[in-house]
Order: sequence, then structure tokens, then C-alpha cells
Amino acid sequence: MARSQSAALDRKKLLADPVMVTTIVVLITFLTLFILYPLAILLVDSFYGEGGFTLDIFKRVLEMKTFRTAITNTLKVGFLVGILSAALGLLFAYVEVYVRVGRGVGGLFKVVSMLPVVSPPFVLSLSMIMLFGKAGLITRFLLGIYDNSVYGFWGIVVVQTLTFFPVCYMMLKGLLKNVDPSLEEAARDMGAGRMKVFTSVTLPLLLPGLGNAFLVTFIESIADFANPMIIGGSYDTLATTIYLQITGAYDKEGAAAMAIVLLTITLLMFAVQKYYLEKKTAATLTGKASRARMLIEDRSVTIPLTVLCSLAAIFVIMMYICVPIGALFPTWGYKFTPLTFKWFKQVFTRYKGFKAFKDSFVLSLISAPITALLSMIISYLVVKRKFRSKGFIEAVSMLAMAVPGTVLGVGYIRGFSGGLFRTGLLQGIYGSAAILIIVFVVRSLPTGTRSGISALRQIDKSIEESAYDMGADSFKVFMTVTLPLIKDSFLSGLVTAFVRSITAISAIILLVTPQFLLITVQINEFAEKGAYSVACAFATILILITYGAVLLMNLFIRFFGTSRKIREDS
Amino acid sequence: MAKIAKGVKLDHISKIYQDPKTGKDFYAVHDVSLDIRPGSFVTLLGPSGCGKTTTLRMIAGFESPDEGEIYLGDQAINELTPNKRDTAMVFQSYALLPHYNVFDNVAYGLKLRKVPKDEIRSRVMHILELVELKGMEARMTNQLSGGQQQRVALARALVIEPSVLLFDEPLSNLDAKLRISMRTEIRRIQQEVGITAIYVTHDQSEAMALSDNIIIMNKGVIAQMGTPQEVYYRPASEFVADFIGEANFLKVKVREVNADGVTVEMNGVRFPVQKPEIPVAAGEDRTVMLRPEGIRVSDSGALPCKVVLSCFMGSYQNYHVRVGDALVRVTDNHPVGRRVYQVGEEAYLDFNVIDTHLM
Repeated sequence: MARSQSAALDRKKLLADPVMVTTIVVLITFLTLFILYPLAILLVDSFYGEGGFTLDIFKRVLEMKTFRTAITNTLKVGFLVGILSAALGLLFAYVEVYVRVGRGVGGLFKVVSMLPVVSPPFVLSLSMIMLFGKAGLITRFLLGIYDNSVYGFWGIVVVQTLTFFPVCYMMLKGLLKNVDPSLEEAARDMGAGRMKVFTSVTLPLLLPGLGNAFLVTFIESIADFANPMIIGGSYDTLATTIYLQITGAYDKEGAAAMAIVLLTITLLMFAVQKYYLEKKTAATLTGKASRARMLIEDRSVTIPLTVLCSLAAIFVIMMYICVPIGALFPTWGYKFTPLTFKWFKQVFTRYKGFKAFKDSFVLSLISAPITALLSMIISYLVVKRKFRSKGFIEAVSMLAMAVPGTVLGVGYIRGFSGGLFRTGLLQGIYGSAAILIIVFVVRSLPTGTRSGISALRQIDKSIEESAYDMGADSFKVFMTVTLPLIKDSFLSGLVTAFVRSITAISAIILLVTPQFLLITVQINEFAEKGAYSVACAFATILILITYGAVLLMNLFIRFFGTSRKIREDS
Repeated sequence: MAKIAKGVKLDHISKIYQDPKTGKDFYAVHDVSLDIRPGSFVTLLGPSGCGKTTTLRMIAGFESPDEGEIYLGDQAINELTPNKRDTAMVFQSYALLPHYNVFDNVAYGLKLRKVPKDEIRSRVMHILELVELKGMEARMTNQLSGGQQQRVALARALVIEPSVLLFDEPLSNLDAKLRISMRTEIRRIQQEVGITAIYVTHDQSEAMALSDNIIIMNKGVIAQMGTPQEVYYRPASEFVADFIGEANFLKVKVREVNADGVTVEMNGVRFPVQKPEIPVAAGEDRTVMLRPEGIRVSDSGALPCKVVLSCFMGSYQNYHVRVGDALVRVTDNHPVGRRVYQVGEEAYLDFNVIDTHLM
């Protein structure tokens, strides 16, 4: 029994479709060149010295005390942030799904889950310093504490937790909605109290999902560059150490070896999360809840939980509001009135704000459609087609999800500063706009692909088959059927890519050359210098841009989206 | 339709799949050969997993055969992609393009073929008239009922004037009443257009109502081919007999074979049965198949039996009777005015020789 004939026929059919073949070849080249190759070069760099294979470079970096501390620091922060985010996320998710809350509280939840999406990654660090730092609004002026330090371990933990917990909240909310209420009702019926039901039914069911949320945040935390950079002070994590190793010590081999260590940690976590926990989560919580849940109305439960959540939500919102307000005070920490626009003015008059916004905006605007289209094509190929190299495409796009930006940045430096394999080939893109755009694309590709895949899975395969059967080739099928059907997902992918690009920093800060001014890099610089008001002014404008983009998308989808029309049917 | 219908030939077709659980290869379709006449209506019938849909999808080009060659007319089409094959498929889920209205759905294939606009308009309108959807061309597909969506799917397949029309369980998402009226429609349109049609279903009554020929498949191989009457009255195996309609099986010993009949024995009782097409010899252990509607419970007859279930069903009286060890189902149609046997009563099974089928 051999499947050779069908394999040969499938190959022939594929080759009869030049657009499809070209697409696959281009994709594989792109993924190999810009994801696999930079990571491979890091491996080569850190294991290959003058005299061939060597462990000396690893030995050298591992002997650095700063690096060893950075590893433990990173893991400690990641672990705690993972636990706290999962716990806070669970609290919010539980209250939303199980407890009857007022309308206002529901609105708060929405805002909280939305804020981290539209804001640059380090906004919370800024406001943390401005509220609780030495000259902090709350510490100094409300409480009269003059020597409070927010820099270091706790600063990072608090800021990262507040930044990442909405992700856990959204994940756990989805899972809790799938818990069949009759399971809990059965437990209640047999005499279990509410607490007992939670600990003996809900929690065990949710456990893999909680583990999943924990690991996702853990990975996010150890890959995070911006927050430790701004609020870490002398408390260095892996991402910042690698950055300093390159920009401060000019030790590129050392940085490569460090990057490999960071990559190994995230990849291990990612593998556990992806191939173990995600499956387990799906196994315990599948299908739909059979009917609506009776919400908890018992005041002894609702009041404390609502108060707790509202306080947390208000705190988070306050942290975000602090940024635009900070930009309006004449001198933060000393003079609060009259409110002034002078910082905003200075952004444009003294600090080349216009160029920064133009550069960031244009580069993100170019990379967004490329990302959106690429991720839709990848999702289409992964979900709807079968061909030999599909596994490769899927695996590499997944891999990109687990690669921290700093690692990618170092890989690009090592891989492209001297051209491909140091031969000078493609050297031209290094330092150019092209490499920045490529980094933007690679960094946003995994998110886009993931949402594209889930959107495409909902489309009946036979719809595309029918078009194919009617005489359309792959290209026609994609353009006339697939793309129109996932227009909404495509649009939101477009905006997400744009927002992610314009707020990106970790990889880009290593690659940007003086000819480009990027907003995020500017904010980082001013925050480092302690010029918080200017940093806030930059950040405020950036938030306005991203928020505007999201609003525009929602409007667009409302009026031109097709999916809604189609969905009404089912 | 201007086009001449083409026949379809499957020449020793096999398809191998991998079992996702065990990782072992198995034949989803094994050595299937078919010769479908141009203009005929052929049904692939069988339980789920029998390979019928895989066969159809190989004809459409979505799957590639591992052995054998498929011909459309005289042309070998193994290497052609679905969009290059002159077939059109009607899908189980209709698979209408949800972002197009009825007209654009039907016109889709014609636009791909770069047919001039005026001609598209007239051809689409003509087909919509044929499937009785005139006046609905501006509707979005989700504003249509299931039956109407099915008509659009059929119109869309017909309008490109394919050589062969393929149906993949097109009626299984409709309710029972609609299913019956739609199958009449499909048969009417197929005959009106004169197109070759290959139809996949697991519903035996659908298969009988529609087809010139039925191909019954089981576990990847053809169990029997023939006209509906042939497969119903002369099933080749217990599987076919059981799958197509209800059947009773009596284990018998062949006693006598002569020119015009065969005598068999069961529980010491001898009775005549119809002579089968397959060779038969005295002394063999065989099975006699009896359809429930071909037998009666009576005061006299070939085999003594005992009633174990007697149930009035409206249009018929349903009996289960025991003949020795065998349980026999009897459908006594329109029983009004006849004697009704009660549970526990002794009686006889009565049937005509023509209603027996020796296997």
C-alpha cells in the first residue's frame, strides 16, 4: 500500500498553480531569512570562535556576575508577575462571568481590558514613577513620603502585572464561559457551599487554563524590555542586560550568547504552554455551556468582589490617565498650575517631534498592510490547503511568537550588519527603513496569524472548495472568497499590526539608526533622562494616534464589514 | 443545454488514508471501477465511512487517487485541478458565497469564464427560472430558506453547463418534507437538462427515488451495482439487503435444485424458493431473504411461528414473530378488516415464491 500516486498527483496539481507556488516560495524565503536565519546566526556566533566550535563564549558570559544576576532577576520577576497576573485576571474574569455587577463596573472592565492594547508598553512605568516615585504625586504630596523608591524589583513587578493581567483576564473569561453551569449546580445540589463549589469544581476545571495564563504572562514578562529599562533602575533583567551588552560594552558575541540563553528559556516555556497546557485546557473545557448561568446575587459576595475589582480597575485607569495629565503640568512634582501645553509645544519645536511622529507613522503604516496580508495568507495556507512545506510555515510563524524582541534585534545585528553570512549580500538593508519595516512585520506576524487562523477555521471549507470547483484558481479563491469573508479579521489585523508597530521598542531600539527618529525610542530616551513631562507629552500623542486608529477601524467595520451581515444568518 | 453530457469512468480507483489514531494506512476506497453512462443518474449509497464521498471528491478533483485513473468522457483527468475539470458540485452545506446575493452566486462561475455580461444575465435568469427562484436574484443568501439555498447551489452548478453534476448529500440538511419535494425537483431538472449526475447519499429512499443506477458501497469497496429494483429485490449480500430497506434472513439448507425452482429446509419444514442467478447446489447452507412487506402472518402457510410483538402503526400492523430461533419482522399493510394476531398466538408465515430471495 503506497500513497505515492496521490502524492505525485497532488504535487502536479500544486505546480499547475503558479501563483500558489510563488506565494509558498516567497513565504518560505521570507520566514527563513528573517526569522530562522537571525536565530541561527546567534547560535553560530555563540558556539563558533576563532578555532571552530567552542564553549568559551558561554563560559565567559556565565562567569559575569551581572549576567547570572540578570537570569535570576528575570525568572523571579517573571514568576511573580505570572502568578499575580493570573490571580488578578481570574478575579476579574470570575466577577464578570459569575457575579451580577452594575453596568458601570462592566464598563470599567471593558476599559481596563482595552487600555493595554492601545498604549505603548512603558506607559505604566512612566506613571508609576510619576505617582509613587521620589517626587510622586501620591507618595510625596498625598502621603508626605520623601524617599520612596519605585525603581527595582517591586516596580517592575507592579507595572508588569498591571500591564499583562488583562491578557489573563480575557483568556480566563473565555474559559469560564465554557464551564457548564450544571456541573456547579450539581455540586450545590449535593450540599456544597459556594466556596466549596469554587475550590472543588470551578478551580480544578480551570487549573490548566490558569497554568496557561501564568505561562503566557511569564513569557511576556521575561521578554519585556521597555518596563525594566525605565523602572528597573539598577535591577537588570535579561532583556536589558543584553541591550547594555551591545550598546554599552560593544560585546556582540557575548550578547549573542546571552540572547541564546533568553531564547532557550522562552522557547521551553512556550513549548510547555503550547503543546501541553493548551491541549489540556481544551480537553477539560470544551464545547459550550448548555445554558445561561444563574449569576450570584448574594450581597455578601457581590459587594466585596465588586469593590475589589472596581478599586483595581480604577487604579489601573488612574495610572493611564496620569500620563496625559503629567504632560500638562508646568513642572511635575513642583508646580501643578496653571496647566500648560508647553511640553507638547516643545515636543515639536525643540525635540523634532514632527519627524519622530512622521517616521514612526510612515514606517508603521507601510508595515501594517504587509503584516496583515502576510498573516492572512499564512493562515489561509495553514487552515485551508495541504502541501509539503506547510508544517514548516506553521512552525516558523509559531516560533516567532516565542522569540523576545531583544533576541530578534541582536540576531538582526549579527545577521545583517555584515550582510548575509557576513558576505555583504543584502547588507544594504541594514540601517535602512527596510529592515525596520521587516522587524515590524516579523514582530506582529504571530498575533495576526493566530487571529487569522481562528477566523478562517470558522469558515466552512466547502465554500472555498465550491469556488475552486466553479473554476477559480487559488489566487481568485483567495481574493474573491477568503479575503472578503474575513474582512473584519483582516481589518483588525491591519490595525493591530499598526498599533503594535508604532508602539514597538524592544527589537527596534537595537536596529534604529540616527536617520530615523521613532517615538517609542524618544520616549525611552526622555524617560531615561528624567524628562518625564516631555516623555508624557510624546506618549500622550502616541496613545491618541493608536486610539484613533482603533476607533477608525471600529467605524469602518461597522459600516463596511461583511462578516456581521453573514453572521446574522447563523 | 447546448452541451452534450459526458460519461464518467473509474478504472480501478483506490484511495489510501492514514488512520489519525494508529498512524496506519488503510484503503478508504479500494479498487473501485465504474462506468457511468452519459445522461444517467447514478447514486453512491452507503453508510458513513464507506468511501462514497471520497470517491465523489476524487471525481471532482479535491482528492487524488492512489491507484487507477479517472476518465471524463474519453479524457483522463487525474492530473487536472478541480477548477480545470468540467464538473460542478452541489455541496452538503450548499457552500454559497455568503457575501454575494443570489444572482452573483449563480453568475460566479460564468464571470470566471469571462462570459459577456449580457449572456451572463440571460443565462442566470434562465437557470433561476428553471429552479423556480425567479424574482429572488437580489436576495442575500442568508435571507433564503434551506430549500431555496439548495436551489441556488443547484443553479450555480447547472449554469456553467458542466459535463457532470456531482451531489454530495445535498438534502441532508433539509427537513423531511422538503427533502422529498427537493429530490423530485432534482430528478426533474436533471432529466430536463439531460446531464450526467453522480449523487452521494446514505438515505436509501433518496437513492431509489432518484437513480437510474445505485452503487452500494461498504468499507471502501462496491458491494453491489444495479437498478433500484435489482438491488432491492436481488441484493447480493446481507449487508446490501439490510442497508436498502428492511430485511429478514432465514438460515436454510438447500434440499433440491431443479430447472424451475429450489426447495430449502428450515426447522424440518421444506418450502420452495425462487431460483437465484448465482449457482446453487443441494446440501448447501444458505440464507433466504424476505422483505417484511412480502410476508403475512396467517392461519396457514409455509412456516409455523409465534407472535412476540403486535403493534398497530396506522398504515400497517407491525409484527415480530419467532420462527425457531429466528426473529422475523412482518409489515401487514392496510390491515383494516383483517384478523389481528395477538402476542403469544401461534400462527404461520405465509409468502409467495416470488418474494423469496436465496443468497
